[in-house]
Amino acid sequence: MQTNKSTDKQMQTSVPKKNISPLLWGLAFGIVFGFLLQKGGATKYDVIIGQLLLTDFTVVKIMLSAVLIGMIGIHAMKSLGWVELYPKSGSAGMNIIGGLIFGVGFAVLGYCPGTIAGAIGNGALDALFGGLAGIIIGSGLFAALYPRLRQGILMKGDFGDLTFPRLFKVNHWVIVIPAAMLIFFLLYWLERAGL
Amino acid sequence: MEFLTEVRWSPYAVGIGIGILSWFSFLISRKPLACSTSFARTSGMIEKLFSGKKVDLKPYYQKIGLAVDWQWMLVVGIIIGSLISALLSGDFSWQWVPSLWTAAFGGNPLLRIIVALVGGACIGFGARWAGGCTSGHGISGTLQLAVSSWISAICFFIGGILTAYIIFNLIG
Repeated sequence: MQTNKSTDKQMQTSVPKKNISPLLWGLAFGIVFGFLLQKGGATKYDVIIGQLLLTDFTVVKIMLSAVLIGMIGIHAMKSLGWVELYPKSGSAGMNIIGGLIFGVGFAVLGYCPGTIAGAIGNGALDALFGGLAGIIIGSGLFAALYPRLRQGILMKGDFGDLTFPRLFKVNHWVIVIPAAMLIFFLLYWLERAGL
Repeated sequence: MEFLTEVRWSPYAVGIGIGILSWFSFLISRKPLACSTSFARTSGMIEKLFSGKKVDLKPYYQKIGLAVDWQWMLVVGIIIGSLISALLSGDFSWQWVPSLWTAAFGGNPLLRIIVALVGGACIGFGARWAGGCTSGHGISGTLQLAVSSWISAICFFIGGILTAYIIFNLIG
């Protein structure tokens, strides 16, 4: 997707041949991601279900600390002009209904799309033969129904790729700083409560 | 390098690591960490093996594109990374039925596989409906302060907590 002024070098190399470096970066990021998820215990059914039963807060601790650190860094890099943001479009019909269906599946399966890949690497055969096949079937079912859903329920209460800073018409730090403090105190409270 | 062979790290160390990883994925690949669309691409690619090129024309597959891409390789990488971590710490084992499941419903692999298949179908369907999963919405979307992602992530946990309660306290 490079749109730089084409140099002679690019003219020679950008013939139909596909650039594989994005794929290798994806693989590399995935290896680190999977390594971290396994070290955190998030590739295990017992840990994920423990979170949903509110007896083991490992998953929420991982997610909130990732969001805390990620949010500050990404917005700092955005302020510096180094990165762009890619907020997903949404609607009430999409995110509430889809989110709840996903949640039901999350508890029934005990893995999510990222952690199921990690669970397979960890040797979980219910993930490989049950869950993975199920996710592929469910995704295909949605693709089949999509033409009937896209102008109806998926557009109900549409708000586009809105972010909280744009919703409140403020600089992103006005949201980032209180959100970071909120996450920090939530994690602090979880530890104090012995969870 | 002893930390590499430890079975468990603090969840905060892991979370901070994932947060920093997300900086680099924005910086280098210009993409947020996300997983679930790859399963839809896989579904389309499998269907294409049986039904041929017309599968590409399905509106949803036109939207996401049926090819092995950055995110698809990310998911492959997760399998490899988890395997490496588990092998280094001796935490790898083949397992049909997780222990929490066995304690509530017994060790029959067939029952567990069928339930996992049904749960997986809900996950695949729901992730496409919501436009993302626990990584794309739950981590990458919330850290960008996207409204769609905060609503989705909260609904993932509302649905998950209620369903887990029903499964383990009312049924099991």
